[in-house]
Amino acid sequence: MNSIEIKKLSLNFGEVVVLKDLDLSIEKGEFLVLLGASGCGKSTLLNCIAGLLDVTDGQIFINGQNVTWYEPAQRGIGMVFQSYALYPQMTVKGNLSFGLKNAGLPKEEIENRVKHASEILQIESLLDRKPAALSGGQRQRVAIGRALVRDVEVFLFDEPLSNLDAKLRTELRVEIKRLHQKLDNTMIYVTHDQIEAMTLADRIAVMRDGLIQQFDTPKKIYNNPVNKYVAGFIGSPSMNFLKGTILQDGKPIFKLEGGLDESPDLSNYKFQESIKAETQVWLGIRPETIVTGDEAKNMPVNFSLEVEVFEPMGADTLVWSQIGGQEFRFMVDGNSSVNVGDRVTVGFDPAHASIFDIDNEERL
Amino acid sequence: MANSTVVHSIDGPRGPKPRKMLSRRNIILYGTLLVVAVYYLIPLYVMLVTSVKGMPEIRLGNIFSPPVEVTFEPWVKAWAQACTGLNCDGLSRGFWNSVKITIPSVFVSIAIASINGYALANWRFKGANLFFTILIFGAFIPYQIMIYPLVILLRDLGLYTKLPGLILIHTIFGMPILTLLFRNYFTTIPEELFKAARVDGAGFWGIYFRVMMPMSLPIFAVAIVLQVTGIWNDFLFGVIYTKPANYPMTVQLNNIVNSVQGVTEYNVNMAATLLTGLVPLAIYFISGKLFVRGIAAGAVKG
Repeated sequence: MNSIEIKKLSLNFGEVVVLKDLDLSIEKGEFLVLLGASGCGKSTLLNCIAGLLDVTDGQIFINGQNVTWYEPAQRGIGMVFQSYALYPQMTVKGNLSFGLKNAGLPKEEIENRVKHASEILQIESLLDRKPAALSGGQRQRVAIGRALVRDVEVFLFDEPLSNLDAKLRTELRVEIKRLHQKLDNTMIYVTHDQIEAMTLADRIAVMRDGLIQQFDTPKKIYNNPVNKYVAGFIGSPSMNFLKGTILQDGKPIFKLEGGLDESPDLSNYKFQESIKAETQVWLGIRPETIVTGDEAKNMPVNFSLEVEVFEPMGADTLVWSQIGGQEFRFMVDGNSSVNVGDRVTVGFDPAHASIFDIDNEERL
Repeated sequence: MANSTVVHSIDGPRGPKPRKMLSRRNIILYGTLLVVAVYYLIPLYVMLVTSVKGMPEIRLGNIFSPPVEVTFEPWVKAWAQACTGLNCDGLSRGFWNSVKITIPSVFVSIAIASINGYALANWRFKGANLFFTILIFGAFIPYQIMIYPLVILLRDLGLYTKLPGLILIHTIFGMPILTLLFRNYFTTIPEELFKAARVDGAGFWGIYFRVMMPMSLPIFAVAIVLQVTGIWNDFLFGVIYTKPANYPMTVQLNNIVNSVQGVTEYNVNMAATLLTGLVPLAIYFISGKLFVRGIAAGAVKG
């Protein structure tokens, strides 16, 4: 059974259309990440699921129940906010038990649940403190605890780690993943951070302008992005896009705009459908799939470049370069010596590339 | 070369720059502040010393000289014996009337205005903006236009000249500015907190009493100070909408000071005036810190 089912959901703010005819179904126990740039409607969608916004049209089902008109507290959800949103005048214990008291639960039950949740999140020693006396990570843990005590099917996270510093963010990310493995309930997680999305999600929904661009597993989205937007959004450093034309000469050949001595053969690439000759395309290739040196010479596609800028990142070094006047990035081993002005031979297998139509930017 | 730079760093300026206490800038600054402070405090000083002098001493005409003989007779007289018309029980009657007017007015007006502000800030109902505009517009209508219609309204309600009538008037006139105050404060409280409370199952009143109100003590302090001083110092509504038996302290003070029978007892008048001003002053000193915090709220994020 699907845990959450969204049918033809639309939401307008006055004249502005934020979400349009959106369908989404999430399985029980699934970790779904809504990913997109700010203003794409991902938080709005989450607020609709939580019942904090009235929808303009469409239906929302949670556990098979139509909750479209339900109050947030009746929907069987717990929510964690970016700014933690802890009640500042209450202790941690007060924060955790506020919802349970509102629900009119008996005292022992509240005690048990608060105890249980604080054990899971290791915040037992903080129960009598006020939020002001907690660190950022502790606050976010309490905020998660507040969702946890409600003992609900569905957890909603609204950019929960964005306010934390980089180190803490990676720590809490793993903790959230662990929590999901332990509790095994449905989680919907909104973020603009593609690394969070890749690491946490069972499935990712990439959103743009209120529409879901692609809804698939992280692996699929990374390897087979359906359009140029998704391809550029996922992956760090982001994908190289080379503009050019596909020529049919018995086999598909890529003719780079700006010129290349030898036009690469794209026979290894799996086109969705047969392609017309003289199609203008973007050829997308991820920097991390590009190889250099002797290895590159054995690749179906290879050419040599001049190093313009390099960024050492420890394990790898990212090299910025140009090919035919178009920007091109690739990775080399962090220990190899790179200098500005060096000529490097690079190569890749078109099987790992993604090719998009230049007009509608869809995958070909 | 290297040597000389090392020597420089030892001889050269180091640590905080020394500042002269008696620089020209400081003298001008503190001098001006002192003069202004004295200028504002002189009337208070004159009132205080006059109120503890006897009449013979006052007749000498040295209003700045300290009292030769300190007497609290004028204070006692102002409180308990001064005559207005036929009543000779001093300001005490006015004081208790003012208390009876101020406490309910402050309580009712703040209760309603804070709920208004909360609803306008957090529960954006249909027509909320129109409602708010009308309310704010009310703050710009001159009182004079509303005085007579309100007399008729109170008469028809059977509240004219009665204390509840005056309380109603104060509540109405406090509404625009207080609602604005509370609405603006509540909009500075992060929306996510309100959302979290809704997910936690708190309703309209639950969120108001258990989340919003405990977070808003500074702004309640500001509202209390504004209302207590405003209503306590009110003269116009008091004299229009009540009768002599119900006159607030300010109206009674006016009647004592302006009575034309016999000699003008300056010492009693001064004592009566100070007594009347004591309540707003006390409120200010008690809530001073909270008041400043509330005024500054919104400027800095905590």
